[in-house]
Amino acid sequence: MFVRLTLWLGGIGTFHIRRVGRSGIFLIESLACLLTPPIKWGRIARRIQFIGWQSTGLICLTGAFTGMVLALQGYNTLKRVGSEALLGPLVALSLIRELGPVLAALLVTGRAGSALTAEISIMRNNEQVDAMKLMGLNPLRYLVFPAMVAGVISLTILTWIFDVTGIFGGYLIGVKLLGLPSGTYFGEISRYLEMDDIVGGIYKSLSFGLIMTWICCYKGYYTGIGAEGASKATTQAVVTTSVFILIWDFFVTTVIF
Amino acid sequence: MKTRELYLEFSVGLFMLLGLAAIGYMSVKLAKKDFFDTGGYPVHALFSNVGGLSPGAPVEIAGVQIGRVKEITLDDYDAKVLMIMNEDVELQEDVIASIKTNGLFGEKFVEIVPGGVDEIIQPGGIIIETEPAMDFEGLISKFVHGKF
Repeated sequence: MFVRLTLWLGGIGTFHIRRVGRSGIFLIESLACLLTPPIKWGRIARRIQFIGWQSTGLICLTGAFTGMVLALQGYNTLKRVGSEALLGPLVALSLIRELGPVLAALLVTGRAGSALTAEISIMRNNEQVDAMKLMGLNPLRYLVFPAMVAGVISLTILTWIFDVTGIFGGYLIGVKLLGLPSGTYFGEISRYLEMDDIVGGIYKSLSFGLIMTWICCYKGYYTGIGAEGASKATTQAVVTTSVFILIWDFFVTTVIF
Repeated sequence: MKTRELYLEFSVGLFMLLGLAAIGYMSVKLAKKDFFDTGGYPVHALFSNVGGLSPGAPVEIAGVQIGRVKEITLDDYDAKVLMIMNEDVELQEDVIASIKTNGLFGEKFVEIVPGGVDEIIQPGGIIIETEPAMDFEGLISKFVHGKF
């Protein structure tokens, strides 16, 4: 009884440790393509078009509404302590330091990350990946590495767009609806916003971009069999990525701010 | 095929330009980052106390900004403040630099009261007459203990 329990626990333990190791090797092998040319620029461009350009509308819309609701809620809170003038810094700092990188990453995971997993896992099931290997092509170089580079670049740019539309959304509510002076809104932002805040936000979105493409490509690459396996892999990819982004965000925040 | 390639290049280019515009707006317009050396000449001043003054604080004459504080260092137990003045502003040798507060609890800045002599401070020169930051706690304790 005791021996069987130990064997069972040991089996689960080694299985999970092996899975962590396999995903680590996957990441390192993919990033090694950076050092061994050729780099497939055309594929990177097409991925940026898919992950970045086609998400721009979604990011603008959600960014504007996030800024608007921040201004509305923040105004009510700040009014109680009589410092409505600080509405601009409240909106801008929360967006640039925290909400912009995290919300943009979660949205892009749902929109582009899931598609990435589904695409790779169907290619895997159709044995297209094995065909590439037989032809002597490295599938990581053609499928995974371009997605990683494009994910990092696109998510960073999307975060900036999210931040700026959010600040203007807050302006719309704070200045046009609630009657704060326009000079106060932008003037207070430039008094409190430091370059370190913007750089911290950039570090966050760079790391989120890598986490997103890493987990989504890994789940697609080591997918299950058939349609069921693909759907399971896609669900797992979105859930795991979202959880990891939120956990990683906490640790990055404690270290860099 | 040709139009698809064109569309790919155009959309990726537009996306990147949008991103650059966004980060440029945030860092230059909102965070007031000087990527270019905007000119100006350095002037030093020694204060016995700069309490609360930080690099980047404005330097003003009559409420008009004429420069910025670049760095603050310790020099023989005095605070040595390096300021960058706009090119078109001339300071006389006998100007008085003092550290003032914007409102009661606002940020600190350097105010300069113009002087009357003909000699102009050269780039890298030093302002001799200074007044330290007002020490609120010191003032209050003096008032409480009645040692005016």
